[in-house]
Amino acid sequence: MNRAGRQRNILDFTLSSLLRRKGRNAALVLVYAFVVFLLSSVVFLGLSLKEEAQSVLADAPEIVVQRLAAGRHDMIPESYLAKVREIPGVRTAKARLWGYYYEPLTGANYTVMADENFPYGRKSVVLGNGVERHLPPMVGRTLPMRAYDGSYRFMQIRETLSSDSELVSSDLILMTVEDFRDLFRIPEGVGTDLVLSVANPREVSTVARKITEILPDTRPITRAEVLRTYDAIFDWRGGMIVACMSGALMAFIILAWDKATGLSAEERKEIGILKGLGWETSDVILMKFWEGVAVSLFSFLLGILLAYVHVYFGSTSLFEPALKGWSVLYPDFRLKPVITPYMVSVLFFLTVVPYTIATIVPSWRAATTDPDTVMRA
Amino acid sequence: MMQCRESTAFFLSAAVGLALLLLLFAHAGWRERAGRKSLEEKREIVRALGLTDLCLFTEARYTRHPAMADRFTPFQDHPFSLEHFPSASLFRPPPHLSGP
Repeated sequence: MNRAGRQRNILDFTLSSLLRRKGRNAALVLVYAFVVFLLSSVVFLGLSLKEEAQSVLADAPEIVVQRLAAGRHDMIPESYLAKVREIPGVRTAKARLWGYYYEPLTGANYTVMADENFPYGRKSVVLGNGVERHLPPMVGRTLPMRAYDGSYRFMQIRETLSSDSELVSSDLILMTVEDFRDLFRIPEGVGTDLVLSVANPREVSTVARKITEILPDTRPITRAEVLRTYDAIFDWRGGMIVACMSGALMAFIILAWDKATGLSAEERKEIGILKGLGWETSDVILMKFWEGVAVSLFSFLLGILLAYVHVYFGSTSLFEPALKGWSVLYPDFRLKPVITPYMVSVLFFLTVVPYTIATIVPSWRAATTDPDTVMRA
Repeated sequence: MMQCRESTAFFLSAAVGLALLLLLFAHAGWRERAGRKSLEEKREIVRALGLTDLCLFTEARYTRHPAMADRFTPFQDHPFSLEHFPSASLFRPPPHLSGP
């Protein structure tokens, strides 16, 4: 018999043996697939958010300058703009006005921003899609906003930003600079922070250093640092990914450990009979190898397919409570799928290989002992 | 009728599974192309308003704008205050605040 024929015969025998213990093996595949599903979902979600952040924030301001007073972020005088503009390499510099607004009707926190090119004039707002979605129906097209003195400003809702942009604009409320200053009693001549564009991207760090020299009470944050922040948040090795993945990894380690520490009495008996019938140790190991491949390959494929559906078609509904936390307003967005051969290979080697090895080791131990002893044990 | 061998059924199902896996790559490529317009829209809003953060966690200001936050903001409520927002415990402080 040729080698391929021998392999197929052993595979046929292995599969019939697996089918004889249908219930037990189906339960094993389900648990294993669930572990792969959890691991893959976390990896899909993390990579997609990381990539989304990198591509969307590629046009974020090159440098943001914050003022610190007594170690806290404070309003920055617009007079600083003149000093910043004198730094060689700075192309444009302007002040931003933005802050947070707690909406007592819904209990949500919104980001309020003054837009200097706001097209609708005073007492008007443009809302992010998430804000619009959470407004109580009684509000209609007028949004009452509680000002610093407790009085209300009634703002006409003129436009809603598209749902496609929710990942950056879900909680935004845009208004004129004058309305913003009036709502929060922000005096003329100060802004929340400054945003700068630099002519030569290679000079960004030099410009940032000069800003701290000229204005020692400020802190520049470069675009590269913003991007690195999101890299760190969704990094494989830390933060959210490790927090979510550690549970799934532990479950998998327990599963593999249980498999590696021993065979059931029935399996030992089967190996003993096969050895008694004249099977070689290598045949028994080959059988166990095919058993590991069959269980882990199907669990892996099932787990990864379900994870893809969960993250990209089901909006990561299983992780939503963790991601949402205490947020009242949570953006409704569809992530761009990210799947690479590297990622699939890493998941494969993390799950399939250890499991297959874990099934071979105890079988090798049983197969190398005397058949009579194995059967009597 | 000839009965199908178990190994044939195994290879056929493995091939179907692998084909579905390859379809995921094709779907991801298709969605990437289909999403270019929406990506451009997001980038335009970021450019026009000078935005610095994704709107992912709106529960606290340092989770809404992690790139703009101070290192101590999660603990500023009172001395020895423990971090209490669930999403904040999921990520580390920005790298530019972690250095010496």
